[in-house]
Amino acid sequence: MKKTIKTLLIVLVILVMVAACRAKPEEEQVSELAGEPTALPQVDRTHKMSVLVHDSFAVSEAVIFAFEEANDVNVSFIKAGDAGAALNRAILTKDAPIADVFYGVDNTFLSRAIEEDLFEAYDSPLLADIDDRLKQAPNNEALPVDFGDVCLNYDKAILNEDNIPVPTGFESLTNEMYRDMLVVQNPATSSTGLAFLLATIDYFGEDGYLDYWRALQSYGLLVVNDWETAYYGHFSRYAGEQSGRPIVVSYATSPAAELIFSPEPLEEAPTAAVLTRGTCFRQIEFVGILKGTQQRELAEKFVDFMLDEPFQNDIAPQMFMMPVNNRVPTPLIYDDIEGMPLFPVLMDPDLIAEKRDAWIEEWTEAVLR
Amino acid sequence: MLNKRPSMRWLLWLMPLAFMAVFFYHPLVRVFERMLRAVAVTGLGTPNALRIIIRALTFTLWQAGLSTLLTMLLGLPAAYLFARFRFPGKRVFSVLFTLPFILPTVVVVTAFTATLGAGGWVNQALMNLFNLARPPLSFTNTLGAILLVHVFYNLAIVIRVVGSAWSQLDLKTVHAARVLGASPWRALREVTLPLLRPSLLAAAVLVFLFDFTSFAVILMLGGPRFSTLEVEIYLQALNLLNLPLAAALAAVQLGVTLLLTILYQQVQGLSNLPLLPRLHGETTRTPRNWAETAFVALMLVLLVILLVLPLGVLLLRSVQYTPPGSQQPQLTLLYFRELFVNRRGSLFYVAPIQAVRNSLIYAVLTMVFSLVLGYQIAYAFEHRTVLARWLETAVMLPLGASPITLGLGFILVFSRPPWDPGSFPLLIPLAHTLIALPMVVRTLQPAVNSIPHSLRASAAVLGASPLQRWLRIDLPILSKPALTAGLFAFAVSLGEFGATSFLARPENPTMPTAIFRFFSQPGVLNFGQAMAMSVILLVICAVSFFVIENRQKSP
Repeated sequence: MKKTIKTLLIVLVILVMVAACRAKPEEEQVSELAGEPTALPQVDRTHKMSVLVHDSFAVSEAVIFAFEEANDVNVSFIKAGDAGAALNRAILTKDAPIADVFYGVDNTFLSRAIEEDLFEAYDSPLLADIDDRLKQAPNNEALPVDFGDVCLNYDKAILNEDNIPVPTGFESLTNEMYRDMLVVQNPATSSTGLAFLLATIDYFGEDGYLDYWRALQSYGLLVVNDWETAYYGHFSRYAGEQSGRPIVVSYATSPAAELIFSPEPLEEAPTAAVLTRGTCFRQIEFVGILKGTQQRELAEKFVDFMLDEPFQNDIAPQMFMMPVNNRVPTPLIYDDIEGMPLFPVLMDPDLIAEKRDAWIEEWTEAVLR
Repeated sequence: MLNKRPSMRWLLWLMPLAFMAVFFYHPLVRVFERMLRAVAVTGLGTPNALRIIIRALTFTLWQAGLSTLLTMLLGLPAAYLFARFRFPGKRVFSVLFTLPFILPTVVVVTAFTATLGAGGWVNQALMNLFNLARPPLSFTNTLGAILLVHVFYNLAIVIRVVGSAWSQLDLKTVHAARVLGASPWRALREVTLPLLRPSLLAAAVLVFLFDFTSFAVILMLGGPRFSTLEVEIYLQALNLLNLPLAAALAAVQLGVTLLLTILYQQVQGLSNLPLLPRLHGETTRTPRNWAETAFVALMLVLLVILLVLPLGVLLLRSVQYTPPGSQQPQLTLLYFRELFVNRRGSLFYVAPIQAVRNSLIYAVLTMVFSLVLGYQIAYAFEHRTVLARWLETAVMLPLGASPITLGLGFILVFSRPPWDPGSFPLLIPLAHTLIALPMVVRTLQPAVNSIPHSLRASAAVLGASPLQRWLRIDLPILSKPALTAGLFAFAVSLGEFGATSFLARPENPTMPTAIFRFFSQPGVLNFGQAMAMSVILLVICAVSFFVIENRQKSP
């Protein structure tokens, strides 16, 4: 039996060593396979700073590297879940902040974040290049970095095949021809779902929106808890024609992602967004310097960097959102989809903060019970 | 451990207790303290608090109880199958049936929706067979979906824990009963099941606690109408930012776990009968008559359909691509190739090799830590003093603690150097160990308690030192349960995506992190890569299980 234990231990140790040792040569090989230049060197620099972000944050290696070089700093990112979870982490560690900068508060959480006194105000010079309507923090405690529009998406193939006209807005959906075709997310658990709910509240008013939702229900509405389940579990593009639903709540840029992440080049995007007036809700994402940071100067530089052209140009290809900086041209990757909404809903963040819980509860009573 | 000086016993407790204090109790106390501070300011946040708590509690108990019942009902015959019979491919099936345990929920949801959803295989088949117009089985947002996936996940626990004990039962008692005239069913009822009671209870408690704190399954498959304590904690803590109510819910959850553990201890009592090491193959036989053959075949088919078919669907989807305009899917390795390409130059690109490496290292470390601590705890429990019972409860509590609450505790305690994941990489396997430890203890403990003292006494009389006794008597008897325990620890670590996601850093991605990342953006390539990565996770897991399992010497 001693032998068995010995062999077991030896095998385990070998496993670990092999796994650990294979990694380095493999990684270089991988980069060559990709036909890309080898990964950028990891240099140890004088200063260190950390940025708290949500899970959807993405940026090119080269862009960050340029910032690190220019400012002689190593930037490390802490990914903290979705927008709500990340905010929660910032609040919990308020007394001893775990990062210098926090990116990821969106307009539905903005008032709460400011109320919790998380940020140090910063009047970045780059704010001049940003549309005033996006600057929703009263004293620039948080600065807008990018925005995205939550819109209805539909599967072109399915609607074409059955000769069903493209939905033209909220009211069009309460119609027999769209029975059992819509899947949405629960506003209590999904920021996408919340954005859609807020859009309907804006459109139908606080007194009318519940009737609209009851009508939607009578036409076979499906509510699921999160974006992944809705999009990959029920959207007909992934769930198939028979069980899938061809209309889902997603982003205005989702058709562009479908185009780009397609194995073969496609002539046109397989899905499209409903862009009519008032049916899309604008989600704005903000960055702020966390109160208590020991690196105020570097933090300011990082915020400026996020608002400046190199990073702003990188936002679309990496995160499929829209840059806020006016000097940045409309991203190329959105050229092949049918436009962006001209009149999205921009709701007052204070109103959202005040009424959000009540609205969600009302909606839950009306639709889910 | 005869003749141990009293002072020595405390040494056994030292390490496990220190570990629990640092990694469980300290974070938990900190997070509760924080939440209570908020309660003092805002109260419970909403007048509906009590209603929410009660509703969540009743549903959680209901779904966990039902899931456990179903899992045990199916698990018992399955355990019997593995304990008593030899059949071709047994080792392969053993590994396959344990794989579901490690899969991240988002992958399982996709696999099941593809199999059982309205457009899935089963419904399609039924529609074709019976000429139906609409899919007969409804899967989305139903309690049935929750129960089914819970069984899918946890059957492996019952098969292994109960099966392992069953295969070590002394057949002589059963034969004696038969000789004295008992029918096979009577022998089962009155001899076998009572002997198996410790492992049955252990398995049932484990499965119940897993189902009790289940989160992603309820969220994704149950849909908005079903809410358990954990889902409510998530909603309150992370979406509504209502920490006080989250604290109340977490406290209720811990309270139930406490009650359950105490109950378990009372029922378990001293009913541990001796387990002697069996010669490999002593208790298994090939099916002797048509009834037994039918049983083996039927069970295998059933288990394959439930546990392996969804995995097969996953595999299929990772190699399928339907070109635009065509109805026929083609086979392609495109998604696997794409995994190795950082096409968009992203800083957060996860190289598959790196993810595999990290996951494996964490898993091996978790296994080692859990076994070391687990052995110590199992031995420390041997003397069932009152203090020992309380300490046992203390060790079992993490299993029923809210992973999200624990995660929040981790944020409060392990966020600053030198204790943050960046500076202290061992933090993550240690956190995994915390989650795996109760399972390891539950598996090892009945076995340790069953080692006949007479054997040890004889060895001592014959001149064996304590160490020799341990190595030559205890370890061989414990080798099978220890293997099961180690395997589970390994599996828990590989698939962990709950509390430890609060600790994860982008520099050290694991396979579940990578999978999740692909699911968060639209696009066929993203979906395909998520599937491909899941298949890689499955393969790595299967290979590891095979290696670990087959260390056992066969005659």
